[in-house]
Amino acid sequence: MNRFLAFVKKEFYHIFRDRRTLVILFGMPVVQILLFGYAITNEIKDARIAILDKSKDHLSVRLIEKIRSSGYFLIEDYLNQEVEIEKLFKEGTIKLVLVIDESFAQNLEKQHATNIQLLADATDPNTANTLINYATAIIRNFQAEINSGTLPLTIIPEVRMRYNPNLRSVFLFVPGLITIILMLVSAMMTSISIAREKEVGTMEVLLASPMQPGQVILAKVVPYLMLSFINAVVILIMGKFIFGVPINGSLPLLLLESILFILMALSLGILISTVTQSQQAALLISLMGLMLPTILLSGFIFPIENMPPALQVISNFIPAKWFIIIAKSIMLKGVGITYFWQETLVLVGFTILFVALSIKKFKIRLA
Amino acid sequence: MKNPALSINRLLKSYGKLRALKEISLEVNRGELFGLIGPDGAGKTSLIRILATLLLPDGGSAEVLGHDVIREYKVIRNKMGYMPGRFSLYQDLTILENLELFASIYETTVEKNYHLIKDIYAQIEPFKDRKAGQLSGGMKQKLALSCAMIHEPEILFLDEPTTGVDPVSRNEFWEMLKKLREKGITIIVSTPYMDEANLCDRVALIQDGAIMSVDTPEAVVETFPTFLYAIKSSDKYLLLQDLRDYPNVNSVFAFGEYLHYTDKRKELPEDELRQYLEEHKHRELEIKRIEPGIEDCFMAFMEKEN
Repeated sequence: MNRFLAFVKKEFYHIFRDRRTLVILFGMPVVQILLFGYAITNEIKDARIAILDKSKDHLSVRLIEKIRSSGYFLIEDYLNQEVEIEKLFKEGTIKLVLVIDESFAQNLEKQHATNIQLLADATDPNTANTLINYATAIIRNFQAEINSGTLPLTIIPEVRMRYNPNLRSVFLFVPGLITIILMLVSAMMTSISIAREKEVGTMEVLLASPMQPGQVILAKVVPYLMLSFINAVVILIMGKFIFGVPINGSLPLLLLESILFILMALSLGILISTVTQSQQAALLISLMGLMLPTILLSGFIFPIENMPPALQVISNFIPAKWFIIIAKSIMLKGVGITYFWQETLVLVGFTILFVALSIKKFKIRLA
Repeated sequence: MKNPALSINRLLKSYGKLRALKEISLEVNRGELFGLIGPDGAGKTSLIRILATLLLPDGGSAEVLGHDVIREYKVIRNKMGYMPGRFSLYQDLTILENLELFASIYETTVEKNYHLIKDIYAQIEPFKDRKAGQLSGGMKQKLALSCAMIHEPEILFLDEPTTGVDPVSRNEFWEMLKKLREKGITIIVSTPYMDEANLCDRVALIQDGAIMSVDTPEAVVETFPTFLYAIKSSDKYLLLQDLRDYPNVNSVFAFGEYLHYTDKRKELPEDELRQYLEEHKHRELEIKRIEPGIEDCFMAFMEKEN
C-alpha cells in the first residue's frame, strides 16, 4: 500500500511540475467551454420575420397578433404567394417565415387539427434553431389558450430548415463538451504519461523492480481520475452559472456516470499506451484516432440520425456517443437510470473490454 | 555444493537476422565483481537484460542466484538491483524524491537502508533537493547506483555505468563498486573501456555475441602469445603503413600516440626494424617492449577468431 501511495504521489509530482500538462489539464476545459459557450449563445430579440397567411380568419389573426406582441419577432412583411418566400430568403433580411394553411380556423374547429409551416434560414443554424424554438413555443401557448373546454385542438407546426438540415442544438454543447474534454484528458494524458516512461527509460527500471504492472497502471489511473472528475465538475458549474445550462435530473447520478465514462476513457488510454513506444505516437493516436471520431461521430456536432447508414453503424463503436446520450438525458430531459441503463451497460462493457485488452497486451518485459 | 550467482548455458538471442548472442555459456561466483568487456554492439546489453529478466532469450538457459530467468523472474526482480545503460530515473523529481520512490517500490525506507548507500549517497546528499535532470553525469550515476542499492540486493547488474562519465567520476565509481563487493554483493558490470577490466575480479571478453575469454585480468594478460612493442615516430600514419608492409609483421594497431606491434618471430630484432624504418625516412624513432594490456589481448583474440 505504501508502495502504491508513493507511486500516486510521484504521478502528482509529474503533473504539477510540467506546465504543458497543467495547461492541457485545466486551461483547455475552461477555454473550450468559453469558446463554445459564447459562440453558441445568441439571445434573439426583434428577429425579422415574414408571414404568409393563406387563411386570414379570426384564429390566424389572433395567432399573428400573439407572435407580434411576444417581443421576439418583428413582422417585416406580409406575403401573398409562396414564390415570394424564396426571394425574401435570398435577400437575407428575413430569418423566418410563418405559413398558415388555408382554412386554419375551420380545420381547427372541425377536424381538431391544422398545419402551420415554419421556414427558417439555417445558414446560421443556431439562430434558426432558436427562432424555431421560440416560434413553436408561442404556437403551443396559443394552442393552450384556444383549447379552453371542449375537445382538444391540435396545431401541428411543421418545421423546415432551409439550406442546412444539420442543426446544432443549443444545450447539447455542455454534455458534448464534458464528453470531449474527459475523453481528451483521460485517454490522451494517461497514454502519454505511460508512453513517456517507456521513452525516457524509466519503464525499464520499473519492470526490473518487483512492482506489479497492475500497480503501475492503477497508480497512473488514480490521479487522472481525480483530475478528470474535477474537470467535469468545473464544466458543469460553468455551464450552469455562465450559460444557464440546466441539470434537470439527479446530480449524483450524473457524477457517477461521469466517473464511469472517465474510467472507460482511462482504460482506453492505457490500451493505447501498451501499443505505442513514444509520446508522439501516443499523442497522434489519441488525437487522430480518438478525438476526431469522437467529435465528428458521437453526435456532438452532427446529429447521428442525419449520417449515412454506414457511419451510423460506426458511431455505435464511439463510446462518447453513449455518454452524450446519458448526459443529455440527465441534464436536459431530467430522466433517471431506467431510461438509459442500456447505454450505461454499453459503457461498462467498453471499460471491461479495454481493461482486458490492456492486461493482455501489457508486457512484463522489454520486448 | 557450489552455488554460483550466475549460471548461463548456451544462451541465444537474435534480433531478426542479427545474432546478438551466440550460445554464450558463463558462470559467475557469489561475491565476485565480474566485468563484461567488449566494444559497442558486442551483445553486452542484450546479455545483461536477459539476466535482469527484461528480455527473453531465444535459446539456452540462465539462472540468477539459482532462479531461472524466464520462469522465476519475479523472485529475481526482488533480489537484484539493476542500472540500465541510459540514465533512467525521473528527471523531474529531486534526488531525495527519486531515492524515496525506489525505497517504497521495494517496500523499505531510505532511513532503514541508509547504511547501504551511505558512502555513495553522502556525496550527492548536499544536493538532495535538486532535480535529477539538472545533475552532472557523475552525480546521476551515483544517484542511479543509490537507487539500485537501496533495497539491499544480492546481485547488481550495471550496464555501462561509466559511459559518458568524466575520468574522475569513473574512478570514484569503481571505488564504490569495490566497497560494495566487500559487503558480499555480486556485481556484474559491463563496460567498453578496456582499462576498467583490471579493476574486476574476473572478466569476460565479448565480441560479436561470443565470449572470447573468461579469466582474471592478470591471467588474460598472461595468455598474450608473444612480445609486444610500442613504436613511435614523427609520422604516425606513414609508420602504420610501413609497419604493415614489413615482411615479418604479425599485427599492428594504433594505440594513443604509439603503435602496438607484434612480430611473427617471438623476439623482435629491434635493430633490424629500426634500420628498416630509418630507410623509410622515419625520424624521432622510439621502439620499446611493453607489457600487454587487456586491449592488446582483446585485439589478439579478435585476430585469432578471424
